[in-house]
Amino acid sequence: MINSNEIIDDIANKEYEFGFTTDIEMDIAPPGLNEDIIRFISAKKNEPEWLLEWRLKGFAAFKKMEFPKWQHFEMPALDLQAVSYYAAPRKKKQLNSLDEVDPELLATFEKLGIPLNEQKALTGVAVDAVFDSVSVATTFKGKLKEMGVIFCSFGEAVQEHPELVKKYLGSVVPHTDNVFAALNSAVFSDGSFVYIPKGVRCPMELSTYFRINAQNTGQFERTLIIADDNSYVSYLEGCTAPMRDENQLHAAVVELVALEHAEIKYSTVQNWYPGDKDGKGGIYNFVTKRGICKGAASKISWTQVETGSAITWKYPSVILQGDHSEGEFYSVAVVRNKQIADTGTKIHHIGKGTKSRIISKGISAGHGDNSYRGLVSVGPRADNARNFTQCDSLLIGNQCGSHTFPYIESRNKSAMIEHEATTSKIGEDQIFYLNQRGIDSEKAVALIVNGYVKEVLNQLPMEFAVEAQKLLSITLEGSVG
Amino acid sequence: MLTIKNLHAEVEGKKILKGINLEINKGEMHAIMGPNGSGKSSLASVLAGRDNYTVTEGEVWFNGKNLLDLSPEDRAREGVFLAFQYPVEIPGVSNLNFLKTALNEIRAYKGLPALEAREFLKLTKEKQQLVDFHSNLMNRSLNEGFSGGEKKRNEIFQLAMLDPQLAILDETDSGLDIDALRIVSSGVNKLRDAEKSFVVITHYQRLLEYIIPDFVHVLYNGRIIKTGTKELALELEERGYDWLKEELHLKESV
Ligand SMILES: Nc1ncnc2c1ncn2[C@@H]1O[C@H](COP(=O)(O)OP(=O)(O)OP(=O)(O)O)[C@@H](O)[C@H]1O
Ligand SMILES: [Mg+2]
Repeated sequence: MINSNEIIDDIANKEYEFGFTTDIEMDIAPPGLNEDIIRFISAKKNEPEWLLEWRLKGFAAFKKMEFPKWQHFEMPALDLQAVSYYAAPRKKKQLNSLDEVDPELLATFEKLGIPLNEQKALTGVAVDAVFDSVSVATTFKGKLKEMGVIFCSFGEAVQEHPELVKKYLGSVVPHTDNVFAALNSAVFSDGSFVYIPKGVRCPMELSTYFRINAQNTGQFERTLIIADDNSYVSYLEGCTAPMRDENQLHAAVVELVALEHAEIKYSTVQNWYPGDKDGKGGIYNFVTKRGICKGAASKISWTQVETGSAITWKYPSVILQGDHSEGEFYSVAVVRNKQIADTGTKIHHIGKGTKSRIISKGISAGHGDNSYRGLVSVGPRADNARNFTQCDSLLIGNQCGSHTFPYIESRNKSAMIEHEATTSKIGEDQIFYLNQRGIDSEKAVALIVNGYVKEVLNQLPMEFAVEAQKLLSITLEGSVG
Repeated sequence: MLTIKNLHAEVEGKKILKGINLEINKGEMHAIMGPNGSGKSSLASVLAGRDNYTVTEGEVWFNGKNLLDLSPEDRAREGVFLAFQYPVEIPGVSNLNFLKTALNEIRAYKGLPALEAREFLKLTKEKQQLVDFHSNLMNRSLNEGFSGGEKKRNEIFQLAMLDPQLAILDETDSGLDIDALRIVSSGVNKLRDAEKSFVVITHYQRLLEYIIPDFVHVLYNGRIIKTGTKELALELEERGYDWLKEELHLKESV
């Protein structure tokens, strides 16, 4: 017979399924954070002088900054000198096509369910695969190029489209923004770059898959997406990492720029290694994500499904600068075992008639601790700005925690801001009710959780919604009697 | 079909069931009555496998299987259905999706394939009519915001859908208005057949005018102290339980 303690224990004991490592020859820089390593990375990537200077400015800013203290968890000790800031699969020669990518690498991505072979790839999804610090392959490039869509690794964009990179890099998340953004500016390795030209509706989902493999490395990628006037793009990000006893830092920066009438949908299914049941190991996911609706009537929408990482600490934000622009944030964050999430969003209403919608669904199990932290600010010019926030927490068991920190700053009387919050618990009596109808506890939890997160998963493209649903039930598996 | 022998059970260290004996054959309708707190819902819970009850003594056999060895979901799949006295609300899970999952889990257990969407909808419609269940409740979240009566009727609708062998109805009549009581009882009567058995727990003789029981048992202080036919229910209605308690005390003091 099942009791809820067993359910919760089982949830806690479920193994991480992507925890394997890949054996491959790597170029790894010695650990340590200093100007030399920054110059080394920049040289390795054959970067122009202005970019090296930008990195060095980032480093200078970083050295003056301190780690924040306002977060709702104890900041782990981070030894940034013990980290290696560059790791790349060793290339035998310049790659001209996918056939020349190390088969071991292709196999790794296959195993993760991300086939890089275009014949096998999901139709309608172009993938950029990032392994440790570098992008190893981008699919469907040719097809996208025909429409003028640029989708490539960040490194490649620096070489091929320096004017675009120079114009927008740091324009949304400046190198002085916060300590992790400053660190990223100094040592970022690779990432994805997207440019959608005026009037183009990108014909397929663009997707980046991040894989940390090497030991003692951090991952510091940078993503920059620019949607020019009247364009549309839907972009997805997925990630996994091997199981390791030590913690690894992931400090990425994502910048989105939506020009007039443009729309960017950015979805994340985050499944970094969460650490074991005692909280040993796991990724520190300290990421800065921000978009600006620069043009009038533009729209940025963030959707995130966060199931992994020892600590998830991020607030994908939107600056609503253009009049009548719109921002959305849809989030599911799951913590179990000793996982911690302190996540939410910031929406800045600057332009007139700007609208935003925040739907946050926290799920806590085991000893997990989940915080929603959100800011809605309305500036003096933002007449008739509107915000709706719905912030729900679902608890499984008695040992987890959930907290809500909503901040509202309004400097315009015509603004309408609505906030709703609920906390519920999957009760033993609910599970028993479903058991009594022939549904086992594991399925019962999945049924309840799927119902709870439906509104957020509906925002994801179909295939990924199915993936995310599976991921959630695997993550919360453990109702096995 | 169901044999309960000398069943003792406790909850949080408190003895609740103190030696229940009951034999239920195929096609029979048993009514259980008894004062508040006498252990009627507890008996239902123990049969359904609620884990806060500990069985300390006794046996329960269901179609040749030791029921107490089975998990709650397997008991359900074997054909034990409990219409709850207080059905829970499950926000976010649609009534329809829930029923489909339940039905297919039970079918899978029996080695049957999942019902196709079309067949499922056909079945739903048919049973909905049988127990006169409002279709606008179908797409709502399971019991969320349902009125007391609507929840009870949903239990009967589920009963019709899942088609169990043994249905235990725990005070399904409480909270129903007069029309709903008639509708629910006629639904139950339509579901009655030679293969199915029912245990209806009730406080009211009125229900038993619609659903004619083969046996009426009185549960008091964790034991069945009297068994009779439907006339016993009438007598209880008139005289209450005190005379039975007195009879019992006399017997015990001898
Ligand atoms: N979890 C529990 N902890 C302690 N006592 C309990 C618990 N559950 C039930 N009981 C007690 O068991 C006894 C029997 O309860 P039960 O619900 O079975 O009564 P009932 O016959 O169904 O009553 P009613 O007619 O009021 O529905 C009551 O005294 C009740 O307080
Ligand atoms: Mg009761």
